[in-house]
Parts: sequence; C-alpha cells; structure tokens
Amino acid sequence: MPDSRRQKLAARFREFLPAESVVDQPTSLAAYECDGLSAYRETPLLVLLPETVAQVQQIMRLCDEQGLPVVSRGAGTSLSGGALPHPEGVVLSLAKMNRILKVDTLSRLAVVEPGVRNLAISEAVKSLGLYYAPDPSSQIACSIGGNVAENAGGVHCLKYGLTLHNILALKLVGANGEIFEIDQRSLQAEGYDLMPLLVGSEGMLGIVVEVTVKLLPIPRCARVVMGIFDSVEKAGDSVAAIIAGGIIPAGIEMMDNPAIRAAEDFVHAGYPIEAEAILICELDGTEEEVVAQIERVETVLKQGGASETRLARDEAERLLFWSGRKAAFPAVGRISPDYYCIDGTIPRKSLAAVLAGIRELSQEYDLPVANVFHAGDGNLHPLILYDANNEGELEKTEELGSKILQLCIACGGTITGEHGVGVEKLGEMCIQFGAAERDQFHLIRECFDPHRLLNPGKAIPTLARCAEFDAMHVHHGKLPHPDIERF
Amino acid sequence: MNAIPDLDIEADLTTQVSAVAAAGGALEIIGNGSKRFYGEPVEALAIEVAGHSGVIDYDPAELVITLRAGCRLREVEALLAQNRQMFAFDPPHFAPDASIGGMVASGLAGPRRGFAGGIRDYVLGAKLIDGRGEIMQFGGRVIKNVAGFDLSRLMVGSLGTLGIILEVSIRVMPMFETEVTLAFSHHSADDHVRWVNELGSKPYPLSASAWQLGVSRLRLSGSEQGVRHAIAELGGDEVEFDWSSLREQSHEFFVDGAPLTRVALPPASLDLLRDESQLIEWGGAQRWLCGEVDIARLRQRIDGEGGSVCAFRGHAPGTPVFQPLAPAMLKLQRNIKSSFDPAGIFNVGRIYQGL
Repeated sequence: MPDSRRQKLAARFREFLPAESVVDQPTSLAAYECDGLSAYRETPLLVLLPETVAQVQQIMRLCDEQGLPVVSRGAGTSLSGGALPHPEGVVLSLAKMNRILKVDTLSRLAVVEPGVRNLAISEAVKSLGLYYAPDPSSQIACSIGGNVAENAGGVHCLKYGLTLHNILALKLVGANGEIFEIDQRSLQAEGYDLMPLLVGSEGMLGIVVEVTVKLLPIPRCARVVMGIFDSVEKAGDSVAAIIAGGIIPAGIEMMDNPAIRAAEDFVHAGYPIEAEAILICELDGTEEEVVAQIERVETVLKQGGASETRLARDEAERLLFWSGRKAAFPAVGRISPDYYCIDGTIPRKSLAAVLAGIRELSQEYDLPVANVFHAGDGNLHPLILYDANNEGELEKTEELGSKILQLCIACGGTITGEHGVGVEKLGEMCIQFGAAERDQFHLIRECFDPHRLLNPGKAIPTLARCAEFDAMHVHHGKLPHPDIERF
Repeated sequence: MNAIPDLDIEADLTTQVSAVAAAGGALEIIGNGSKRFYGEPVEALAIEVAGHSGVIDYDPAELVITLRAGCRLREVEALLAQNRQMFAFDPPHFAPDASIGGMVASGLAGPRRGFAGGIRDYVLGAKLIDGRGEIMQFGGRVIKNVAGFDLSRLMVGSLGTLGIILEVSIRVMPMFETEVTLAFSHHSADDHVRWVNELGSKPYPLSASAWQLGVSRLRLSGSEQGVRHAIAELGGDEVEFDWSSLREQSHEFFVDGAPLTRVALPPASLDLLRDESQLIEWGGAQRWLCGEVDIARLRQRIDGEGGSVCAFRGHAPGTPVFQPLAPAMLKLQRNIKSSFDPAGIFNVGRIYQGL
C-alpha cells in the first residue's frame, strides 16, 4: 500500500522536478532516515531535492494539495532530531541549493542559498578580510539554512552573537507555496519584527530559500590563554570575575576532567590530564589591546585560584588549544560505544550546583558524564557515556538527560541553548512552558501554516504529549496542568 | 543604593484587562507617555502600567537584568552605571520618566544601534498579559535559549499591540574603557555613506557615525589601546560631540514643531537620497529629514530598495505613520496580533489598521 502511494506521489513530483531530484528507492531513502540524533529513525515517503526557488514553491503547493507533511533538511547535522523524517511525508532537502549568489563588499553582506555550508561563507570572503561570525562546532558540514532553523550558536557567540544577530534578510517559501521576505538590511523592521520568530523556528513556519548574512572584518589579532584549575567551582568563578571586570572574551570555554582526558587522549592538545577543569579564553582585537587584555585575564585567573596559566605562543598553538575543545564530542565518542549530548543553559552562578547535581545523577544512574561548557554564556553540554547495545541503557540515558535538563530549568535556565527542541526535548517543553504559552506557540504556527504540514510533531508539544509526559513524571510533582480540560 | 520603587500590580492589571475583555472594550496602554506620539493615534480607555516597577534580578557577572516594565529607564541606567554596565542599544528617553516598557514596546534605539544591534538583539525574555487576560512568559534569563518560538523579542517594536509587557530580561554590556569622537569633512551625503561603509570592512571599534552639513563624525569606543590604534590610522580631528543630542533629538538639526521623517535604507545605498539637508546615522541606515516632505512620493522613490519611510512626528493628521505592508504580509501580521489579542483590545490601529 504505502509503496503504491509512494510511486504515485513520486510521479506527481517528477512532473516538475528532474527525475534524480525525486528519491523513492528504499536504499536511497535510508540515507535520510535520521539526522545527528541517530537514536531516532523514520523512513520518509519521498525525498525531494529541488534546485530552484520555483521548484520549492511547486513542491509546497503539491504538498498542500495532498496534505503531505514536509520536513526540510540542510546537511542533517541537527542534534535534536529536527530533520527526523515524517513517515507519511516528504523530506525537502535543500542540499542542491548551495550557491553563494552575491557578495557585497561595501555593504558587508553575502546572499546565499540555504544549502551553503557555514564555513564555506567565511572561506569565500576571506580574501576580502571578512568572515561570517557564528561558528557552530559542525561548521565544516552544517548548512546556513539549518543554522537559521536552529538559531545556531558557536564558541564565539558571547561576543559576536547567535545566527539571529548575524542575519540581515531572509526569503522563505510559506506552507502555501508563496514567497515571503523579511528584509532588515535597513536595521528597521516593518510592523512586527518577525526575524527572531523565524530564526530558530525549526522549519515550522516556512522553508528558508535565501539568506542574507552579515560579514564582519576579521580581527587583526586573536590570542588564547588556558587556565588550569583543581576545582570546577574556581574555574566557574573566574569566568564570572573576567566578565564582571568588563572584558567580553571572543570565546571562553570550560572542560571538566573527564572531557579533558578524552580530548587529550584524542588530539594531544597539551591539556593537563590531572586538572579538574580548564578554561580556554580567546581575546581578539588589535595587537596592543589583546596584549593588555590577556594580561588582565591572566591576573584574574590566578586570583581565581588557577594553579597555572598557559599562553598560546603562536597561531599554531592557539589552534592546538582549540583543537581539543572542538574535538571534545568525537573524543568522548572514542572512549565510549555511544554518547548522548545534552544542551542546557543555566545562569552561570548556578554552575557549581548544577555540576554537583549532575555528578549525583551520574552516580545514581551509573552512567559516566563528561562536561564541556560554553562558559561565557552558560550553555552546558554534558555528554552521557553509554552503550546502546546494553538493553535498556538508551532509555536510562534519556531519562538521565531529562533529569539534567530539569535541573537546568529549576535553576532558572533552559532546556536548549543551541541544539533546538526537535523531537528530543518535547517532554521537557511541557515543564519549561505552561499550557498558555504552549497554546500560544500553536496559534503562532497556525498563522503561518494553517494545515500544520511544516515539520509536524517537532519543537512544540501537543497537549496529549504533555499529558503523557506528566503521567510518566507525576512523581516530580511538577506543574500539574489544571487547565488541561479547557481544550 | 537601589532607589527603584518596588511595586507589583500584576494582579490589578490582569483584573482590569479581563474586565475590559469581558465587556468588549478597548485599551490604550500608557506607561509614562514619553513615546506616546510614536505611531498612529489610539482612541481607547487608558490603562496605566507605570506603577508596575522593580528590579526582579540583577547580577552584573551574569550580564542580565530582569525588570518590571514600569521601571524608569533613567534609574535603571544609573543602576547599571554603578556596575560600569549599560544597555548597548542606546535607548532614547524623550522625557525624564521614560519607562522600560515603553523602551521595549517602541523598539527605538540611539546612535550605537548601527554598530551594536537593537533592543531585540538584547531582549532575552518577557512576561506579558495577553488579550484574554492570561499571563504568559517567553524566553528566559539566559543568553542562549532556543526553547519554543522566540515570542519575547516579538514584543520589541510591537507598540503595545500584542499585550501588556509586565517584565523583561535584557542582556547588558560592560561600558567601554574609553570613547573618542573624530570629525572629518565630507562634502556630500553619498561621499559620507561610501566612506563610512568602507571603514566598516576594517576592524575599527566604531560605535556611532553621523553626517550633517558636510561634517562626518565618528565615535570610537573600546579599550584605550584599541581606540588609540584606530585614531592613529584614521586621522581626523578629535572633537567633543554630544551623541545623546542625536538620540534625544535635542540637537539643533531637530527643529521643534517641524515635521520629522525617518528614512531607513540599507546602509550603503548610494544615489537614493542625496538631500543635502538630511542627517545620516547608523552608517547610512538611518536618515532624518526635518521639514515638509512629500511622504507618499518618498515612499515611491525607495520602493523595492529594502527601506522604509516613517512619518516620525509632526506630520499632517492622516499621513500613514509607517510604510504600508504588502497585503499578504499585513494579513499575516494581523493574524499574529489576533493570536495574542483575539478580541482586539490592545492599542488597536497603533501600527496599521487592525494592528
């Protein structure tokens, strides 16, 4: 049955798409069954790879007519299952729309198609002395369209902002196939400012078909200092002291002992494997400015109890210091059959309490946890080490992950700093937001997508989903939903 | 130390909204009225919100402040200054008692906006009363947060049409070590625009730019070393200039009572608006015209160029204040308004008809 429906639909799409842009063979479809969150898999009816905006419009019109769910997909690097296919729907891959359409040096902007890789933008404008600032760890692979969908961050976003802060205009195809544009090159919104609503909307409000990004001048000089600590508390307090002292580092990252050991073993960055925590702090600007600020940061680190500070002597060593941090996830992947990456944000002052809570949970669940931390902006990535081949261990891991996120909420933080909700954190959304807010999210979605075809089942939990989550977690005594019967 | 009044009138405001909603009435949300002139006039019962005041949370090391919307901007800026911090978007006051709620609702920003971002770039969370009288909270108090649609930033510039803002969390920034203004002579508006955009490609610590009557002014803000380095490369004359006079529109360019028009353009737009009497800010993105202007013709002229014209103040009654939207976009925005305010009770018509 599904096969004949699949073939009939494929034929309809081939009426206006090149044959190779319609994927309907099970072996080829398998490549799209998951994204970076590989624990979740689904086979879509079809995968479509349009090459033009007009083709995207035609696809959306046909999907609207047929009531077909549409999951848009860039490079498929989402860590929250944002691009998980819908079994009754199509995956709309924007991978073939990967051209840089325009670079305007005077206006310092680039107009790019959604499938362009994040790093490819900076590479293309490097000779002009410019770059695109947001640098998620996956920047070598992830696409700008996906970055927009997730409001991606990166190690430099404390100083240079998230994707939202670096986007000037967006062109989207709506659920009805019509184009709509948000152009804020003039720094002025017309009517409501829809940019923050669209950036980070996880493919639920429209299909991004063109992105105008802001380009920044490459800093003249960047230097890195490493602080070595015998406690995570001291490291955390030092971050607060640097920032309270008026310095906004270009990036400031923390790793705890298990993460340090895994990274050092993998890339030999020269990390001290006995340390309880290290801080990697980058400062950029003019030569004189950076020299002066590095001196101040070193003083603060020492006053904060650093047993040692190490200044990267040259560019090669700067990159080496970063290499361990940037490779932290794969490094943990080497020492454990599987790992599960959590993405909560907390007020920085709660760091010690949250890390202590994670340690307790780790013992309770008997699963090791390594922590890497975008320390400047409070975005914590605990990595839970587990083995999916052990029966029940994935479920146990997910439960531990959920408990960690609930710790983040309890201290005033959030369940996702940069990876998105996707399918992964729908349950925790029921804790972070009350019924009124969740209802409002659905109403907003319906303004853009009345038939609810864009990435259905992601990002915003339904009432039924929350009722189910509540039933499972009733012992937490969290947020009963007295108003549930209203709907 | 903290002189900001602490008073929670949330319950009272919610009761008032519910009563008006039940009676099918309409409301005009009034803080202290410093920006009431901005937007289309609203004829409705006033609901006074400035009494809802107080600092909910402020820890300088977190770079975040959470405030009730009735707090006075002046007092909040003084509190931040005690910790050598500030709002990076340089919000205008327009009156001594301007409130935080009005700052967010108007979305207006000063000279630093062109270089440091606008209010919406710094808002992290908001609590509001919607048109059903329900209290909702979006975003949070942390810098990175992608849980749920970002509806807190949608409040910025919504001019009270989506709900009553009760609380906001805003990212704050450290004050700069040093600031210097340089003056240069550039004969024409386009010369200035080209020059200032070329400078943007180099890593100078620019924090404001302005051009008026053949004089370009540039403000550099940052570390002592960074600013000195830039001065050495840029040349120009170091001058005193009161940038807040542009933000507050107290500079002599702004003639009291004369119509004031704001033209927003992509910053490097050349050959589009060459009027020699204009004041240019934000690296070319914000242009002011003081005096009689044919708004409709100006809107036609920039049509399709990515800009907009705002009849900011002092124009003939009936002149549409904001650049009209395309029909599909207007419909979408009306639907968004209805999703927060289904019966249409808040500031109806402040931005556009039905919005």
